[in-house]
Amino acid sequence: MRHMLTIMRKEINSYFRSPVAYFLLFVFTLIFGYFFYTVVSMFLLQSLTQAQYAQMYEQSMPPMNINEMVIRPLLLNTSVISLFLAPMITMRLFAEEKKTGTIELLMTSPVTDLQLVLGKFFAALFLYAVMLGLTMVYLSVLFRYGNPDFRPLIAGYLGQLLLGACFVSIGLMFSTFTRNQLIAGSMTFFVLLLLWIIEWSGQNSGGAWAQIASYLSLTSHIENFSKGVIDLKDTVYYLSVVVLGLFFSVRSVESVRWRA
Amino acid sequence: MIEVQGLTKRYGRTVAVEGLNFSVQKGEILGFLGPNGAGKTTTMRVITGYLPPTEGKVTVAGYDVTEHPLEVKKRVGYLPETPPLYTDMRVDEMLAFAGRIKGLANRDIKPRMELVAEKTAITDVLKKIVGHLSKGYRQRVGLAAALIHDPEVLILDEPTAGLDPRQIIEVRRLIQNLAGAHTIILSTHILPEAANTCHRVMIINQGKLVAEDTPENLTARLQGTETMKMLIEGPEAQVRETLERVDGVSRVSSLPVTAGRLEVSVEMHPGRDTRRELAHAVVSSGWGLLQLSPAGMSLEEVFLKLTTRDTANEGGDGHSEAGDESSGNDGAALAEQGSEESQS
Repeated sequence: MRHMLTIMRKEINSYFRSPVAYFLLFVFTLIFGYFFYTVVSMFLLQSLTQAQYAQMYEQSMPPMNINEMVIRPLLLNTSVISLFLAPMITMRLFAEEKKTGTIELLMTSPVTDLQLVLGKFFAALFLYAVMLGLTMVYLSVLFRYGNPDFRPLIAGYLGQLLLGACFVSIGLMFSTFTRNQLIAGSMTFFVLLLLWIIEWSGQNSGGAWAQIASYLSLTSHIENFSKGVIDLKDTVYYLSVVVLGLFFSVRSVESVRWRA
Repeated sequence: MIEVQGLTKRYGRTVAVEGLNFSVQKGEILGFLGPNGAGKTTTMRVITGYLPPTEGKVTVAGYDVTEHPLEVKKRVGYLPETPPLYTDMRVDEMLAFAGRIKGLANRDIKPRMELVAEKTAITDVLKKIVGHLSKGYRQRVGLAAALIHDPEVLILDEPTAGLDPRQIIEVRRLIQNLAGAHTIILSTHILPEAANTCHRVMIINQGKLVAEDTPENLTARLQGTETMKMLIEGPEAQVRETLERVDGVSRVSSLPVTAGRLEVSVEMHPGRDTRRELAHAVVSSGWGLLQLSPAGMSLEEVFLKLTTRDTANEGGDGHSEAGDESSGNDGAALAEQGSEESQS
């Protein structure tokens, strides 16, 4: 446990010592801010027209739901932004250590491969959580001027965190495969993208494949969470992806020893 | 302290180390001597638990490396050829991390860090970023990181590579001071270095043990002959014939460099200076003598010498691998390094 925390601390420090963390947080908040602006102004425009209609026909319209119309699409957008940024968080984790030879220090220290992998995993997840946390600043504006329900938000953020854990776990795995950060990053991106768009392939074909494709897709499982529903099926899916990624990471780190 | 029995390491089909047996006593400094690619680094990596052996058994402080890797790693400090340092960390952060990951208690880290920093003379750079340090400082920071948890066993892979002569002397002195409290294995491809620092030297070539002895004995065994390098303008066959006839010469080998020019190495019987006779022989035959200089004995030549003698005396396995084809350029380069070393 202590060794894992040592590794995790080292990785987090290294994120914030280099421009990597600041750059990612900057890009993320910038893009999220843009989405926030468009979604909110759309919402305002719509509510304005609705109010006009209500006045014109002199009947009350059903109130517009800020959770449904603002928060939900925002959270769905967040998962797309993080899909692009996650590879940048994870690509250096092992690839850099392999390239500079510092992996030799870690592998000749009394640390197990699992502690090593978990330490790095939680460090990357921490950065992802910080990124996610910044969106709360935007959402707090909604609470200041509107009255959204906060309960579906908890589910929404839990879903985002689980999704992020999957991204990080897959990215970590690819980082153990190579000493080239660029390859690790682009492989991660490619696979994440594939797991995202696989859902579309099912939408046209229908039948059994549609079900399989939708089940495999990383993003299809986020929809329930974004609605505020914590479904056991989705949670199990995300956790299994995380465990699988970590399992292969540990195996791959071990293999460095016997492949050499 | 360290027991290695029948260690063999293969990478796919290539054999890096084959059937190595040796043991190191507590407090001893053992030197691995051999050319690049001889299997020194591989052997060290197996002892540190970084690589598993293909065959054989390695125990450190009574713990088997494959069965109890964590126990072994707690007791070993390892400095690879390129010091494994995080270049974005400050030196004190780097040492603190190394201490923590090696299992040092939090309260011990600061005093240990101050102690090793003083030992390795890096106290004045503790607050600097590792990436901004010179090669010499990095090497010493690497050494400090390897020492931080006060390991019983220290494994140093070419600890003086890339240092300037003054730093080399400092690091050697440091290593000698560490012996006694620590058991040390260090590798080098420089003969005088091994002779100066180590209590015992193992010469490894092509993954096999070629010779094992104290530096004094090795040096004594090597003092059999002296070699002269000559650059001569003249016909090869006649030059060789003439030089072989000079009194005191035991062996002549030649290598054409350019048209008409020969690089000749002449081995002489010990204790005799035949330079005058050699020069006279060449000049009186009407050939051009362009260069005549004593050659330091290169590692390749050392191997050849040792192995041929071993074969003759003990009937051991011959090591013709260290043959003539490689002793040309490499040998000269090594010899140069060797002589630079001894001058410093």
